[in-house]
Amino acid sequence: MSIIETKIATDIESYLREHENKQLLRFITCGSVDDGKSTLIGRLLHDSKMIFEDQLAAIKKDSKKSVDGEFDLSLLVDGLQSEREQGITIDVAYRYFTTDKRKFIIADTPGHEEYTRNMATGASTADLAIILIDARHGIGTQTKRHSFIAKLLEIKHVVVAINKMDLVGFSQEVYEEISRDYLAFAKELGLSKDIRLIPLSALKGDNVVDRSLKSPWYKGDTLLHVLENIEIANDRDLVNFRLPVQYVNRANLDFRGFCGTISSGIIEVGDSITVLPSNKSSKVKEIVTYDGSLEYAYAQQAITLILEDEIDISRGDVLVKSDELPDSGDTFDVNIVWMSEEPLKKQKEYFIKRASILSVGTIESFYYKTDVNTLERQSASTLNLNEIAHAKLELQSSIAYDSYSKNKAMGSFIIIDRITNNTVGAGMIVQKSQDALKPNKASEFPEFEVELNALIRKHFPHWQSREIF
Amino acid sequence: MLDTTRLTHLKQLEAESIHILREVVAEFDNPVMMYSVGKDSAVMLHLALKAFFPAKLPFPLLHVDTKWKFKEMIEFRDKRAKEEGFELLVHSNPEGVEKNINPFVHGSAVHTDIMKTEGLKQALNKYKFDAVFGGARRDEEKSRAKERIYSFRDKNHRWDPKNQRPELWNLYNARTHKGESIRVFPLSNWTELDIWQYIYLEHIPIVPLYFAKKRPVVQKDGVKIMVDDERMPIEEGEVIKEEMVRFRTLGCYPLTGAVESSAQTLPEIIQEMLLTKTSERQGRVIDSDSAGSMEKKKMEGYF
Repeated sequence: MSIIETKIATDIESYLREHENKQLLRFITCGSVDDGKSTLIGRLLHDSKMIFEDQLAAIKKDSKKSVDGEFDLSLLVDGLQSEREQGITIDVAYRYFTTDKRKFIIADTPGHEEYTRNMATGASTADLAIILIDARHGIGTQTKRHSFIAKLLEIKHVVVAINKMDLVGFSQEVYEEISRDYLAFAKELGLSKDIRLIPLSALKGDNVVDRSLKSPWYKGDTLLHVLENIEIANDRDLVNFRLPVQYVNRANLDFRGFCGTISSGIIEVGDSITVLPSNKSSKVKEIVTYDGSLEYAYAQQAITLILEDEIDISRGDVLVKSDELPDSGDTFDVNIVWMSEEPLKKQKEYFIKRASILSVGTIESFYYKTDVNTLERQSASTLNLNEIAHAKLELQSSIAYDSYSKNKAMGSFIIIDRITNNTVGAGMIVQKSQDALKPNKASEFPEFEVELNALIRKHFPHWQSREIF
Repeated sequence: MLDTTRLTHLKQLEAESIHILREVVAEFDNPVMMYSVGKDSAVMLHLALKAFFPAKLPFPLLHVDTKWKFKEMIEFRDKRAKEEGFELLVHSNPEGVEKNINPFVHGSAVHTDIMKTEGLKQALNKYKFDAVFGGARRDEEKSRAKERIYSFRDKNHRWDPKNQRPELWNLYNARTHKGESIRVFPLSNWTELDIWQYIYLEHIPIVPLYFAKKRPVVQKDGVKIMVDDERMPIEEGEVIKEEMVRFRTLGCYPLTGAVESSAQTLPEIIQEMLLTKTSERQGRVIDSDSAGSMEKKKMEGYF
């Protein structure tokens, strides 16, 4: 019986108290079919004792059906019947496991060429990415593609799992060469500053959960140790308060609560808030939850706010602190991942869903598209399935926004076809369109007046001054 | 203040589920919550009460009654409806009731298909719901691991695993044409342990069948079936024994195996769950019909 099992058996109450305070870490695993990705996930689940006996019996039974006859951990994770028969993973699958320190959600995304959209999907909610490299082959096209998408979706932490080290005799030179190559490439790409490279063997278990005796030269942490200990709380923005209003709760004639999930920042009772886009202001009277009212609330909490004044607020509005106003605009430079068989057409109207607001917008022009295999920029007139472009988006109405790199909820959107209703693309706001700013250079106001206006709007929003350009 | 701005994993799961519940109510015209009376339903209901507090639930709960549920489940269901004041809709497939569909006679596949899958589709067609909350979790079974939180269903309530809408961030696509619907799974990211731990921490009421007690059971095909009423056939050689048992999952009593247990409190249940490494759906006869059986049932419109 392990130490944990003994604890569960002898003192379940204290075990539960410890597990109450665990954190949640979401990560994605990227690699091709042959990199041993499914085996790695199977290994994490198996070695952290998350496999139940009946599941193990089922895969042992299925292992007999496969050619090599060996007990196959990857069968634990290859989900749907149809794809198990094909021997490939074709869609994002979510897996769960837990240790003493954290609960983990894995987005298991396929590495096949045609499935960029699946990786973008998995990456959209990930705190961390594990990028698998086959030690025998080093950095390949897929490694570059996965890293590019990780960068595009702004994943804050990257772990490069140099797998199949058993097949290169746990060679330190191989590890160091791949590490050097990768870090050089990552720098060029502008990828996260937090990159760790771990030599491991998913098949044999080396450096996954337990340190391997075969790589004494490796002084870093095991994969599980990194997953359990990496600091993610600081990835959140606790300064700029943003609450996209989801729903107005009218529980009775006297109750009007504004419900939503705080996407960033902290709010306290008594704080002055501004409603965007109406620019009306009020103060927080109460922060209501089922478990009692709160003095303050912070990012990721789902709350209901009651304000001092009766002002008109509806779904789609954003509540912000009056001294932390975001910018507004209707034309943006954006990155787009296209996810539909039917190409993205310029000037075609699509629904754009950003936080709780559904608006209509068009792609006015493409600046360029990026080939995910070569990372070369090319000109574009349309965008096909699994292609990625930098483009100009024009919305029919102005929205308060933050750039995606500053605030994921305020800067991300999905694109919905107005006829089929399918989700056809995903996008990230980079900035207010530089093109759109140019015409305003011929301003009718002196520069000083424009600056003063901006200053007043920022610090005295309750004056409700009109914006001038 | 910075030290107290971290959510535990359960609080984070709770917040994400509340977000989903509110999103659906804001964007759909006619949502409903499937209420199976089990522990996952209990958690989903609790989260809904939190999401819309202090208001009452802004949608009804639907129970598809196969007429073979445990008696205690029906009593519990009606008690909870009264306590929380929610609107409860109960539907049983009238054709199945008329033909007296019986899992002991017709087998689990026919019973589930007619009373559960067909019954559900009838209820959805009758009330024209455009969004249906379900308590399924991705960790329950392999085919569920790829399920979206908003799972699109065509006019015939079918799920097409090859043609799912991409789902990014917490942006959900609620657009549907007339007759189409979305099944919504607010508990997607919860695991069995999370559910039990949350029930424990939040003092959520659950059906007493989850706790061990002396109950009359008969061994049938290696599974302990509880004698819940007089409809249960006792074959030659079968003996009714009073045993200390409980249920890890609840459904139709003839299709739900009891497990030997002495766990009478929530910590004891969690302890037992963590130490017995048998995953929870094993007690359900329905899953072991054939490899990938859940995937097939889902494509046909079963939750």
